[in-house]
Amino acid sequence: MPASVKLRIAGLKKSFGDKLVLDGIDLEVEAGSLLVVIGGSGSGKSVLLKCILGLIEPDAGTIEIDGRDILALPPEQRAVERGKIGMLFQNGALFDSLPVWENVTFGLLAQDRVKRAEAPALAAEFLKQVGLAETVGELSPAELSGGMQKRVALARAIAARPEMLFFDEPTTGLDPIMGAVIDGLIIDCVKRLGSTAVAITHDMASARRIGDAAAMINRGKIIWRGPASALMDSGNAMVDQFTHGRREGPIQMELRK
Amino acid sequence: MNALLDRIARLGRIVIAVLHSVGEVTLFGMAGVSHIFRPPFYGRAFGTAMMNIGFFSLPVVALTAVFTGMVLALQSFTGFSRFSAEGAIANVVVLSVTRELGPVLAGLIVAGRVGAAMAAEIGTMRVTDQIDALSTLSTDPMKYLVAPRLLAGTLSLPLLVVVADILGVMGGYLIAALKLGFNSTTYIARTLDFVQLDDVLSGLAKAAVFGFLIALMGCYQGYNSRGGAQGVGNATTSAVVAASILILAFDYVLTEMFFAR
Repeated sequence: MPASVKLRIAGLKKSFGDKLVLDGIDLEVEAGSLLVVIGGSGSGKSVLLKCILGLIEPDAGTIEIDGRDILALPPEQRAVERGKIGMLFQNGALFDSLPVWENVTFGLLAQDRVKRAEAPALAAEFLKQVGLAETVGELSPAELSGGMQKRVALARAIAARPEMLFFDEPTTGLDPIMGAVIDGLIIDCVKRLGSTAVAITHDMASARRIGDAAAMINRGKIIWRGPASALMDSGNAMVDQFTHGRREGPIQMELRK
Repeated sequence: MNALLDRIARLGRIVIAVLHSVGEVTLFGMAGVSHIFRPPFYGRAFGTAMMNIGFFSLPVVALTAVFTGMVLALQSFTGFSRFSAEGAIANVVVLSVTRELGPVLAGLIVAGRVGAAMAAEIGTMRVTDQIDALSTLSTDPMKYLVAPRLLAGTLSLPLLVVVADILGVMGGYLIAALKLGFNSTTYIARTLDFVQLDDVLSGLAKAAVFGFLIALMGCYQGYNSRGGAQGVGNATTSAVVAASILILAFDYVLTEMFFAR
């Protein structure tokens, strides 16, 4: 494996009953880059992400991080590898029962990397990095707006200084301005940490803003790869239809079959 | 012939589905119990669960116990007075409360109050990706969410039943002394003379099993809930119904074990 490849996925398959969701995914992500994965609803994006995160066990294939197949690792080592990963969930997935500061430092506390007494101050630093005031730390997630929840979730994802970051629909449910703010924070965080990142999104403006590379998934297969800047003019009929939001095109025709 | 085979096949599918569910719950429970004994331990989560299951259930369990003791004394008097055995009321009240009514009623009350809340909380965490988030933050959800609740359920229900036993007997005493004209000292002396340590301990053992079952069903249903708000609602209902049925079924099994000898 070339040294520049951080994540390599080969032949990844996953079915739920009779439904084949991932049909032999092959994908590489270069170290320090941000890959954007686009695709329609039900195309397998979220399942792909959950397989990488170890939340779903794939039926076949390999997922290599730094050349090591994480699917072949024993559970304890997989847990260690998982500690090097940060994840921003679509709806934030903040823990309702905990204050914001404890949400942000949850992973650090779980790994005994910070003492409980020091956690609120540390959380304040991370909150500052995502543009939130120190006082937000004492609030509960239910008291925050959608945009603030996303920022807190981003602070939680970067708190353990992960080698890899994953973003699931980071701008969904936000207004365009707040979406741009979150995108800016994602770019800042990824650069500052020097992490490798994968984002799945429907939002083309966001995809072009944050992505270095892009891939499109359709019916469980990667059908196109290229630079994120080429998303709107890829030369691939399916990608063009999707990125321009056209009703007519090969994807529509497939649905009609 | 074909109709008969269809019916047998349908019955077979139902039996397999029931056995499958029992197997899944058993494996879930075993996994949860195994995490109780393996580090890391989440003392704060355990303390919160103890407060939710035990302390905050105290008022409703106490009220239930007092009124049950009072009703028991009245009903016993009505029955026993027909063959001049009113003197046995103290014995009946203390025996019924410690052996049976204390653990079963406390169990059913806690199943309704806590089992539902557990299923709703964990179910909401499931459908809002909070359980997946735990996994990505180096935290085993079974260890963080399930194990503390199973332990807290097992330990806190016996404590609640101790209170229920005392208040249930006191309810009976209040009715006997204030309404039925019993001599207070004699009633208390009869109660203390009659009750045996085994009566109380067997009730507490039942309570520990019921507490475990309530927590198990609350956690299992919540953990496996799917499909948004409706899924969480279904999980909540299933947790209460399953825990209540299991309490009554295990009550019989444990009663056989403790008292048939």
